[in-house]
Amino acid sequence: MHAPMIVFDRVSKNFGNLPVLRDINLTVSAGEVISLIGPSGSGKSTLLRCVNHLERIDSGSVTVDGELIGYRRAGNHAHELPEKLIAKQRARIGMVFQNFNLFGHKTALENVMEAPVHVLRIPREEAKERAIQLLTRVGLSDKMQNYPRMLSGGQQQRVAIARALAMKPKVILFDEPTSALDPELVGEVLEVMRDLASDGMTMMVVTHEMSFAREVCHRIAFMEGGRIVECGKPAEVLDNPAFERTRAFLSRVQ
Amino acid sequence: MLTYVPARAWGTRVAAVMLSLAVVYFLVSIAGNANFGWAVVGEYLFDARILSGFYLTIWLTLVTMVIGVVLGTVFAVMAMSGNVVISTVANAYIWFFRGTPVLVQLIFWYNLGALFPELSLGIPFTDWGVSVPTNTLISPITAAVLGLGLNEGAYMSEIIRSGLLAVDPGQRQAATSLGMTARKALWRIVLPQAMPVIIPPTGNQTIGMLKTSSLVSVISLSDLLYSAQTIYSRNFQTIPLLIVACLWYLFATTILSWLQSRIERHFARSRNTST
Repeated sequence: MHAPMIVFDRVSKNFGNLPVLRDINLTVSAGEVISLIGPSGSGKSTLLRCVNHLERIDSGSVTVDGELIGYRRAGNHAHELPEKLIAKQRARIGMVFQNFNLFGHKTALENVMEAPVHVLRIPREEAKERAIQLLTRVGLSDKMQNYPRMLSGGQQQRVAIARALAMKPKVILFDEPTSALDPELVGEVLEVMRDLASDGMTMMVVTHEMSFAREVCHRIAFMEGGRIVECGKPAEVLDNPAFERTRAFLSRVQ
Repeated sequence: MLTYVPARAWGTRVAAVMLSLAVVYFLVSIAGNANFGWAVVGEYLFDARILSGFYLTIWLTLVTMVIGVVLGTVFAVMAMSGNVVISTVANAYIWFFRGTPVLVQLIFWYNLGALFPELSLGIPFTDWGVSVPTNTLISPITAAVLGLGLNEGAYMSEIIRSGLLAVDPGQRQAATSLGMTARKALWRIVLPQAMPVIIPPTGNQTIGMLKTSSLVSVISLSDLLYSAQTIYSRNFQTIPLLIVACLWYLFATTILSWLQSRIERHFARSRNTST
C-alpha cells in the first residue's frame, strides 16, 4: 500500500439531535479498495457522502490526497469553501449511486462526455474519443447512442461508472452500487469494479455483497450506530470477527 | 383453418353516424342563417384595423409570455431557496399577483402616476439619480406589458416550480458530484428534464394569454377585440365583427397548438424507446 489517499480524522456528524457519525478515524491508502458494511442507518452512506462534501461534517476533518475537503483552515477556524472551489474538489472524486442517476435527457455517450466538456472544459472531440474508450471498457460500445431508459439497470450502472471515470478521479465512491439491480445483473457491474480495483483505483464501497467484499476489497470496515466497530482484512472481519455485534450482523446477511 | 372475425362495435357506429348528422345540420343552419352576416365577415376579415389589432394581440402575447417565463423561472428558483427572506419574497409575489384580478392590475399600472407622480432611478435615501414624470414613462403599452407580464410571471413560477420538483433529486446530486455548480446543474441537467412537465401547461397559458390580452381594451389599447368593437360601435354589425375577431383568435390558437406539439416532441426524444 502507498500514501494515504482519504483520511477521516475524528469525524462526527449529527442530524438534529441524532448522532449519525461518531468520532470516525479511518485512513484509506492510494490504490486501496475498502468496503463499508453494516446495518441500515449505521452511517455508511453518510460517511461516504462526507468525502465529497455532499454532507457537511460537524467536527473533525476529511482530507483527500492531502487536501482538506469543503473547508479552508485559518488559525483554529475552518471556513467553508465557496461553491466553485468545492465543485473543483468534487470534480476529482467520482461517485456512483444506488439509483445510477444517469442524466435522463442525454445518451450514454453524452452522459460520459457531459462533465469533461462542461466542467473540465476539455475539447468536445477529445472528450468524445475518451468517452468511447471508457464505454468500450465497460462493455457498452454498442449502446452509446441509447438513452438511459432504454438500458437495463446493469448497463446504466456501467455507464455511471464510465461517467465517473471520465473525470480521471483520484478516488471513486460507490454507494450501494448493486442494491437496485436484478440479481442476474449484479455480476456485470461487480466485474467492472473488480477490473478497476486491479487497475489500482482507490475505491470506497458501501455494499451488501459479502462475496465481492471478500474477493476484491483489501479491507472491510463494519459500522454500527455511527461508529466503525471493527476494520481489517476481509478474512479477519468476515470469518473471525472480534466483536459480537459484527458476528450478529454477519449471521443475518450471510 | 379458421377465419377470425373481430366483434363489431355497432353501438359506436350508430353514435358516430348520428353525431355526423348533428354536425352537418349545425353547420348548415349556421351557414344558411343570414343574421350571421357572412358577407360582412368577409368584408372585414382583412380590414387594416383588424389586422393591426391582431398584430398587437400577438405581440402582447409573445412579449408578456417571455416576461412571464423569465420572471417565473427566477421566482420558482427563489421560492425553492433555503433562505427564508428570499423564498418569502417569492411566495408573497406569487400570492399577490395570483390573488388579484389581472384587470385591476392593468388599471393599477395605467394609473401608477397617481401613486408615484415621479419615478426616479438612483441610490435610495440619497439625492443621487434621475427623475422623470411617471406618465411619460408608463404609456398604455408599458402598463399592459407590466400588468400582463407580472401577472403571468406568478402563474409561470408555479408551473416551473412543479417542473423542477418533478426532476429526481438524484439528478442534481449526480451533477454536483461531477463538479458542477448549482447554477450549472440547474441549466444543464435539471431544467432540460423539467421541460416535458413545464411545456404543456405553458402552452395552455400562452393560449390563455392570447385571450386575456383582450383586457387591455380597458386602457384603450387597440388589440384585436378592441378593434372589432370600435368598428361595430359605428356600423352596428356586432355579430359579424365578433366572428371576425374569433376567426383570428382561432387561427392564432391553431398555430400555437402546432408549435407546442413540435416543442413537446423535441423534448420527448429521450423518452422514445427506439434508437
